[in-house]
Parts: sequence; structure tokens; C-alpha cells
Amino acid sequence: MSSVQSASSVVTTAELHEEMREVETAVATALEQAQKLGSSAAECAISRSRGINVGTRLGEVETVEFNQDGALGITLYVGQQKGSASTTDLSSNAIRAAVEKAFDIARYTSPDPYAGLAPAELMATDIPDLDLCHPADQSADYALEQALACENHALQLDPRIVNSDGAGYSSHVGYRVYGNSHGFLAGYLQSRHSLSCSLIAKSGDAMQRDYSYTVARHKDDLWTPQQVAEDAAQSTLARLDSRKISTASVPVIFRADVANSLFGHFVGAISGGNLYRKSSFLLDHLGKQVLPEWLTITEQPHLRGALGSSPFDHEGLATTEKNIVTNGVLETYLLTSYAARKMQMQPTGHAGGIHNWSVSHGEQSLADLCRDMGTGLLVTELMGQGVNLVNGDYSRGAAGFWVENGEIQYPVEEITIAGNLKDMLKSIVAIGNDVDYRHGVRTGSVLLENLKIAGN
Amino acid sequence: MTLSSRVEQQLLQANGLDRTALVDALQSMYSGTIDFADIYLQSSVNESWVLEDGIVKDGSFHIEAGLGVRAIHGEKTGFAYADDISPAALQNAAAAARGIAAAGAHGTLPQLQSVKTPERYAATNPISTLNEAAKIDLLREVDAYARSLDKRVVEVIASISGSYDEVLVAGTDGIFATDSRPLVRLNCTVLVEQNGKRERGSAGGGARVGYDYFLAAEGSLQPRWQDYAKEAVRQALVNLEAQAAPAGTMPVVLGSGWPGVLLHEAVGHGLEGDFNRKGASAYSGKMGELVASEHCTIVDDGTIADRRGSLSVDDEGTQAGYNVLIEKGRLVGYMQDKLNARLMGVAPTGNGRRESYAHLPMPRMTNTYMLAGEHEPSDIIASVKKGIYAPHFAGGQVDITSGKFVFSASEAYLIEDGKITAPIKGATLIGNGPEAMCQVSMVGNDLALDAGVGVCGKDGQSVPVGVGQPTLKLDALTVGGTA
Repeated sequence: MSSVQSASSVVTTAELHEEMREVETAVATALEQAQKLGSSAAECAISRSRGINVGTRLGEVETVEFNQDGALGITLYVGQQKGSASTTDLSSNAIRAAVEKAFDIARYTSPDPYAGLAPAELMATDIPDLDLCHPADQSADYALEQALACENHALQLDPRIVNSDGAGYSSHVGYRVYGNSHGFLAGYLQSRHSLSCSLIAKSGDAMQRDYSYTVARHKDDLWTPQQVAEDAAQSTLARLDSRKISTASVPVIFRADVANSLFGHFVGAISGGNLYRKSSFLLDHLGKQVLPEWLTITEQPHLRGALGSSPFDHEGLATTEKNIVTNGVLETYLLTSYAARKMQMQPTGHAGGIHNWSVSHGEQSLADLCRDMGTGLLVTELMGQGVNLVNGDYSRGAAGFWVENGEIQYPVEEITIAGNLKDMLKSIVAIGNDVDYRHGVRTGSVLLENLKIAGN
Repeated sequence: MTLSSRVEQQLLQANGLDRTALVDALQSMYSGTIDFADIYLQSSVNESWVLEDGIVKDGSFHIEAGLGVRAIHGEKTGFAYADDISPAALQNAAAAARGIAAAGAHGTLPQLQSVKTPERYAATNPISTLNEAAKIDLLREVDAYARSLDKRVVEVIASISGSYDEVLVAGTDGIFATDSRPLVRLNCTVLVEQNGKRERGSAGGGARVGYDYFLAAEGSLQPRWQDYAKEAVRQALVNLEAQAAPAGTMPVVLGSGWPGVLLHEAVGHGLEGDFNRKGASAYSGKMGELVASEHCTIVDDGTIADRRGSLSVDDEGTQAGYNVLIEKGRLVGYMQDKLNARLMGVAPTGNGRRESYAHLPMPRMTNTYMLAGEHEPSDIIASVKKGIYAPHFAGGQVDITSGKFVFSASEAYLIEDGKITAPIKGATLIGNGPEAMCQVSMVGNDLALDAGVGVCGKDGQSVPVGVGQPTLKLDALTVGGTA
């Protein structure tokens, strides 16, 4: 089943469909084998993708990579005992070996009363075509043309851009197939194209680097190479002559492209795994106020052509449109069937993650938010892992801009921002209309009442 | 059968290949403008077992084999891989990889010469060093022991994992090398609760050995797994008492061992050859200059027996080395793979590593540490009037170009008038690599390496690494607390 893709091939959705059907057969066979061995239930998934990834630097080709990745994962249950195995070799012998290995493991694991598949009656019955696959030219020539157009444009924008970390273009198509012993077997095609550019600017002895990128399922939805170049150049140049500021407590704006990380921590805090382990600062907060009253978060898993769309989750559950937060009140946790059984609740279709969240926002632009803030910090980069979901303690490295009289004054760096997530989420003052659509959480810039900044 | 020929048998003959097939594939690429090409074959197995709620709920096993082929022309690299090892996959990958170069006359391929592979670890698949029942018993013992240490322990998650990689690399420079790499890890995370307040603690270790490593003692009289469980519980309990950390710039004393993540972030990445060839590192063009205080001598050492970050040969077939990076504050060496070494006109240093056959090699660290100084750790603490002492960290990150790095303390204390006082909450520390290293004013005599848990990520590729250092003092570093 494996071959290296030649440089010139362009895959059609018809070919991908046909290949996916073969893979569905392989999944069905694995499930049959699991049953024959004596397992009481089983589930099997295969994700595959293929494509190209190229890099240029200083106007020259740097790398041309032909990618093809994929693996089969099987999980089976013998009574309440569970075993898992995976293989990248999709030959029938390798798949059989993986099933046997998983069965072997299930002999040694302990019965877990909560183990098992998601309930049969919740399996998705309708698999809508969500328009998630748009193959594009995956030739090295086309990919390099995109990356070179981007980087060459960037390099001539400003003499202070003295170096480059390069531009990259990647284009991948593939599919995900999932089946289980309830008789569920389905798959869908998907594609992903992206273009990025990372630049280095110099002022005196100090260098600064920043980047920009665009990503979409359809290549026509990508920003143009010139847009990516200009965005990267603007970000990089804006960082030159960064200063450190004094330790203080001030209002903070998380620019849209870093604001999604705040909601990422929120996702972690309301996810089943952290809840049943009592390791979340939002334990027992269902139905309670966790965000300001004016804030609502909706989830739309079936948005056509969107990056975060999916017709079913990793357990075969239908994904549905719902409010996660309504007027600041937490409406749902994010539960796999395992977490749901542990918590005596219903699974929510979030095995494998969230799907296209939209955070409500006002009509203010980022500039308006800065004016509202008056004096404070605009954060455009976060560094490090200093987030403790058990108690919400938050302390991360940051860079951005100092704002005074509602206007950006100068870039700042080598500072930290710290607070507690539970308080931070509640103290959101406003969200701007500058929504960043590249992320699973679509949010504008977020103005927070107050954080501690450590500097000089 | 020698070890090398066993790996060769497994990766070549068992898949219908032999050295001649590798030479043919290399020859097919080595023409026109191609400067260098190599072929990397790998088979890998790994397993993990996880205990939670007092039972081993899940075990998993993963098997993978494939080959990667790259061809280099100047600064250009063509790369293709396949998730099976076969003559057809090799030919296809070779054809795709060489597509970056113009056609032309064939180069003369030197005879493949087997690289002498120093034995840095035993070529034993760790997965079979303990039977399944014994692995499960071990996890249950970790659970019971951790719970027995303190009534406030309300949850224990214990895991063990083992992997075994066999790799073979052949290049147009005549290199032919094989390596067999075992790796095990045991981890214990506990959740403690007191008056409704919950905190976590985590500890673990590992090495390129079999699972029996965890049953053996190191330093203390008890087996290593007990050390890890005890340490996890201790850290969690300390954090129950922690008060808000201070905010601002102050003296910081880092403990020995794992806090060497400082060096990994503030120095290590910035001294990788690729960033320096491209002039993209805060250390670019500073060879021979003072980039740290005179107390700092920092090495990257892939030769330590059985260490997590050690290698017999790297993923390009170069023997791993003991490379001095900074000597008494002066920058003396970068870490190199073949591509960057050639372009910078230096020798490769044994730091060419890749996550797998499906990834390109890059200059990467192995075990990076600072050599011991002369101070007693207690004297270092006593020298600080007001600052913090941080003996444990979660992880870090660096911006190579600006030199800014962060790392997050998971256990820390105030130092007041030369004495360690109250525990403080985890906080992020931030600095600028070269500036921070010039702030190192005292270095302890207690060099220690970490317990064997480090994972380094770069360009989406993860590889196991080690870090280490003696207790050391930085006169000024920014501490990201809330108080």
C-alpha cells in the first residue's frame, strides 16, 4: 500500500475516495479479526495524509520534502479489559499482528468498569459532506513558486530586514477512517494547505524574528504570498528596539493571534480527563458563571470547508452545533464516552478535540481596544508552559507593545505576565472584532482588566 | 553474529535488500550537482503501560519501520521517505529525493566502510527485559507506595514505557553505520488534597537500559521507582504550602541536575550549527568571544554510558562526541550535522539527529551540562540576601534570534538573608541567553545530571536529551510571580 509519491502527481478526490474505500475494508477486517480472537468490542482508526513540504531561504530552494504519513490504531476490549496497538505498516500481516498484540495486552490490563465504546445509540447516522477536501497541485515547482514569491517579496520590503528564516509552503490531502464493533464505519477526506514566512530584522546589534502564516482547506482561501510577506515584515520590524519595562500591575490586551491560547486553557479546564481527575480549576462549574455575562461561545462542527469541521468525533459520535458558554455560563463539559461514564454524564462528541469555536465580540477594532485600555500592555507573543490547570495559576513569558494614552508607544520584551486563569477569564473587559480564523477557537483580541507584569 | 550484522540482517536482508542495493541507490543519486546523499533505515517498537485509579487500565504497543532518503546540493535538500522497507520503496524515494538537482555526470562513490560503533549502551530490547505481569506489578507497587507516603495523596498516575530502535545509515561519503537504541522511562504523578486545595507533583527517570534499572538502587538504599514516587509526593506537598511568587528582577539560585534546562534553552539551541550558519542565532559570529561568565564551562556530551541523550553514532553515522561549547565563558564550539558542518567548513560533531526516518536530520543536543565549580551549595544560598531558590523546573522555550528564553519553576523557595524560607508557587523565569549567562557568579561543586526524562522539540521533531548542572547563582533574572 505504500509508495513514494512522485513529484508531478496530482491526486483527485475520486482517487482518494477509492483509496479510502480500501482502507475502510482494512478497518473492517481488523474489527473482524478482533472479534474472532474473542474481544467483546473493538474500535479502529486510520488517518493518512500525503503531500509536499518545501522551504526556501534567501530566495533559494532549501528543502523539498515528499510526505506520506499514516498509521492504524486498534483498541479492543475483552470484557472490561482494554488493549491498544498501532502500526504504520498497513499490510494485512502487520494489521493482524497489531490486533493480536492489542488482544495480548488486554489479557494483562485490569478490568475497568468505565472502559468501552461510546453508546451505540449515539453513533452518527448521517455523515454530511462538509466540503473538507480540495486537492491542489502538489508539484515541487508550484510549491516553490509560492514560497519564493512570498520570501522574495518580503526581503525587498525594508532594508532593516537583513536575513530570513525562510518561507515554506505545504500542501497535504488525506482521509480519516473510523470503525467500531457497533457496526459504525465511516470516513471523510480532508486537505490542508499553508504558506508561512519568517524574517529577521536588525537594529544595532540586536536581531528580532517574527513570522506570519496562512492556512486553509482550499488553496484559494490562502492569503496571497504578498499578504503573508507584508504581515511577517510588519510584525518583525515592529519588534526592533524592544525594551524591558518595570514591574507593574496593568490592564493587558491579548492580540487575537495569541488570545486563542487563553481559550485553549479553558478547553483543557472543561475537558473530561482533567475533570474526573479533579485536576481542573473549573471543577464543578457546570451551569456557573465562568466568563463575563456578555460573552457567549458557540461551536459549529459542520461549517462547510472550515479547518475545525468534522462530521463525527473520534468515537463515531455525531458532532452537533451547540453553545459551550451562554451569557458567561458554562453550558457543557467536553466529554469522551470514558469521561462521561466516570462522571455519570452523557458524552458530548469531543473525543479528539473541539470543532470551530466562535467567541462573541463587540464592534471595537484592536485600536479601539487600545484606546479603551489607555495605559497597559498589548501582548503579541507568549513563551513557555507556565500554566497550572489544577489551580489556574498562570505565569508566562511575553513580548508585545507598551500602550499609553491609548496608543502604542514602543515594543517590549523579556517580561512575564502572571495571574490566575479563573480570575482572568471572568475579568475579560472586551473582545475586539479582529477575529483570527486560523485557529480552532475564533476570537478577536481580548482586553483583560489587570495582570502582574514582571520586568526590571 | 556481531551486533552490526544482526541489525544489517534485520533491516536489509529481511526486506530483500543488501549493501549492493544501497550502493546502487546511492549511485543513482550521486550525479550531476548532488554533493551528498544518504539512506536511513529504521525499525522501531515501543510500548507503554499506564496505571490510574489503582489499576492498569491501558497498555499500548506501536510498531514502525521505514526508510528515508535525502540528496543534498549546496544548501538544498531533497527528501522522501516510505513507511515500508523494500527495493521499490528505496528506488522511488531515491528518485524523488534527487529531483532537486540537475542531471549530469555520475560521481565516484567510495567503498562503503563500516563505522566502528562504540558500545554506549547494551543492544537489548527493553520490552522483553520484564514480563507483562512484572510490569503491571511494578506499577501497582508505585501506586501503593506513593499512597502510603501521605494520607493527602488522592490520586496516583504511574506509567512505564520502553522503546527499541534499530537504525542503519549509508551515505555517498562511504559511511555505513548501524545502531541499536534501547530507552525506558518510568513516571509517577500524584495529586494531593488538603482542605479542598489540590496540587500535583511529578517525578520520574529513565535511561538506555532495561526495565530492571527501576528496580535497582541509586545513591539511596531503595529502588529507583521508590525515589521517583517519594519525590513526586514531596513536590506536591511543598506546593500545597506555596505562597505567591515575587515579581521582578532578583538573584536566582538554581539547583543541580534538571535545572540544567537553563543551559539547554539559554545556550544550547543557540549553538546549534544550522542557526549559526544562517546568522539567525543570538550567538552568531561570536566564536572565540566571551558569551558567559568565566565560571561557565558547558559541554554537550553524547558519550556517557546508558544516558537518555547518549548515542553510539548519530543519525548520520558520525560517532557521538564530547564537545566543549563554552570554555570559561568563551564560545569555542557549535554542534554540527554533516550539512551545516560542510557549509561552515568544519567537521561534524556527532549531533546530526532525526526523530525518525520520516524526518530530516538537524544539529541537535545530546546531554548538555555545565562542569562543576568550587563552591559549596550552602555557601551559594548564604550569599543571597533576597532572591529565590529553584530546584525543579517544568520546561522551557527559547527564541534563538533575540536570545530570549523562559523556563518554568515547578518547585521554588524564597531566599531571605541567606536562608531558604517559604515555598513559592511555580513561576516563569525569563532572560536573554548571553546576558543571563554573564550573570552567573557562583558555580557549585555538586554537578548532577537529570534523572533521564528530557524531550527536546525543534521544528516539530522530538528527540530524547539529557541536561545537567551544578547548583549555580545568577545575580539577576526576571521572576514572573504575582506578588
